[in-house]
Amino acid sequence: MIPLFIIIPIASAFLISVLRKLHKNLPDILATLACLLLLVLSFVALYMLHITNYKPFVYKLGGWEFPLGITMVLDGLSVLMLIVVNFVALIAIIFSISYMEKYTDKNKYFILFMIMLASMNGLITTGDIFNMYVFLEVGTISSCVLIAFGTEKEELEASFKYLVLSTVASTFILLSVAIIYSYTSSLNMADISLTLSKGSPSSIVIGFLTVLFITGFGIKSAIVPFHAWLPDAHPAAPAPISAMLSSVLIKSLGIYSLLRLLFNVLGVTSSNILVVLGLLSMVAGGFLAIYQKDLKRLLAYSTISQIGYIIFAFGLGTPLGILAGLFHLVNHAFAKLLLFLNSGAVVYATEERNMDNLGGLRQKMPVTAATSLIGSMSISGVPPFGGFWSKLLIIFAAIQAGKFSAAGIAIIISIVTLSYYLKLQKKVFFGKLPERWQNIKEVPLAMVFSMIIPAVLCVFLGLLLLPEVKAIFLDPAVEVIKNGVGYGSIILQNIK
Amino acid sequence: MIDYFLCIVLFCVGLYAILIKRNLIKIIIGLTIMEYAVNLFLVLIGYKYNATFPIFSRQNVATQQPLNMVDPLPQAMVLTAIIIGLAVTVILVGIAIRLYEKYKTFDIAEIRKLKG
Repeated sequence: MIPLFIIIPIASAFLISVLRKLHKNLPDILATLACLLLLVLSFVALYMLHITNYKPFVYKLGGWEFPLGITMVLDGLSVLMLIVVNFVALIAIIFSISYMEKYTDKNKYFILFMIMLASMNGLITTGDIFNMYVFLEVGTISSCVLIAFGTEKEELEASFKYLVLSTVASTFILLSVAIIYSYTSSLNMADISLTLSKGSPSSIVIGFLTVLFITGFGIKSAIVPFHAWLPDAHPAAPAPISAMLSSVLIKSLGIYSLLRLLFNVLGVTSSNILVVLGLLSMVAGGFLAIYQKDLKRLLAYSTISQIGYIIFAFGLGTPLGILAGLFHLVNHAFAKLLLFLNSGAVVYATEERNMDNLGGLRQKMPVTAATSLIGSMSISGVPPFGGFWSKLLIIFAAIQAGKFSAAGIAIIISIVTLSYYLKLQKKVFFGKLPERWQNIKEVPLAMVFSMIIPAVLCVFLGLLLLPEVKAIFLDPAVEVIKNGVGYGSIILQNIK
Repeated sequence: MIDYFLCIVLFCVGLYAILIKRNLIKIIIGLTIMEYAVNLFLVLIGYKYNATFPIFSRQNVATQQPLNMVDPLPQAMVLTAIIIGLAVTVILVGIAIRLYEKYKTFDIAEIRKLKG
């Protein structure tokens, strides 16, 4: 069942490219169906894990024996990521059906989208470190082409910047794969983790690998000293792609891989580097976002800031910190998806991204305005919404770990976040409607529908903290990370 | 040992080109050099002095011991890495050509619609 997560998107990409001439709407339907199927499959995977008490499923690709061939692993952490990725992808696909009409080649867009989705699903389920590198590159290349999809000046420039930085990152990752292979003579993550935990690995090698991984995946996930590509790439891409990049791509390509390799393979338990980098991203992203005039650029800087929160929480390494990090990851994915779709709706109706020229859109686009308000409030941590609970947990985790000044910084930055989101609301949706937009209309039905679903989720995501729900979604994932290098022996027990 | 050292030198040459050079094409060449340095490193890991290629054949069965062969896995990895590098280079060159059409220059100091 695990290979289906890669087969379905790749097969649908193939089918779209072959059958696109049969009917005009066929690519839309195929892409939506594939995403829906993937979402259902990820819930089925969660159910199957639940009834077997969260013992990981291991699939041997091609039937090769354990340390030799490529294995695919489905455990608590990967199933949580799969649900988030495929949910976001489904909503983004529904949004793009109407939104992508203004671009010339919608079929190519769907094909690339599906390949990007396949790379993310593959990255999440793979248990092989070189395979992970291959999926990283597939995701990077397809997302780079999607960023340059408009082929205008700024899109090409952003895409070039992104691809150069990303390839440098991948080169670092390939170098670390080579070092791991020469040190442990294995490419299987479970096997490497067993070898490293049995022997006493030299701290120089582990330190060097940690630095290489943090540099490589830090560029992919845009943590602050490596963030230069993100504020260009996210505004340049079409809105559903900005949403995909910001809410799942940098999380699965960057944060998930980093977590898996640092905690489960190298056996790092807590990392002060991650705490410091997280705080830096939080502060830099937050303060840079205040000065932005471009709507999507503001959201991009806000992403850097929120990624900082997530990295910071994981760096603490306590169970509460890991729980808070994962919970904030889920919350941020849906809130940022919603906000980028809103920005897409604004651009669709007005063709304008500069916030100084916008205003008063609330009268003409009520649904966009209402959902955008919910998204902003959730991400800046206003009580009933999901984002509040995750930020509260992150601050509690920091206090529990004895980092009082860091907790103070997190509180201040969450106030800063609220201030720039209020600025966004005031400049775009409230105030006086300029003359030239007197006769704009609300966006088409599919786009409205795809904005309402994440809005509803944003309101109710706080419920994930209820003990019964938490035991299904979050606790198994926390357990996987907390288990550290125990990952190897658990995989070994569950190979059939 | 000198091989590994030269490999690091090659890596640094590529990184230098990416960081310092202002021409798009030179940046792409730097990236390729960096990839080749890592590929060379991978091959060096699998290399063994005086060893044969890792293929069993019907002739000379007696001398074919796995211990006398080089490690085949890094070679397979290098093949994959080369293909990925090719795909990246093709896309980068494609974007560079499009950028040249828009700006009539390869100089990144003049391609500055976006600011930090």
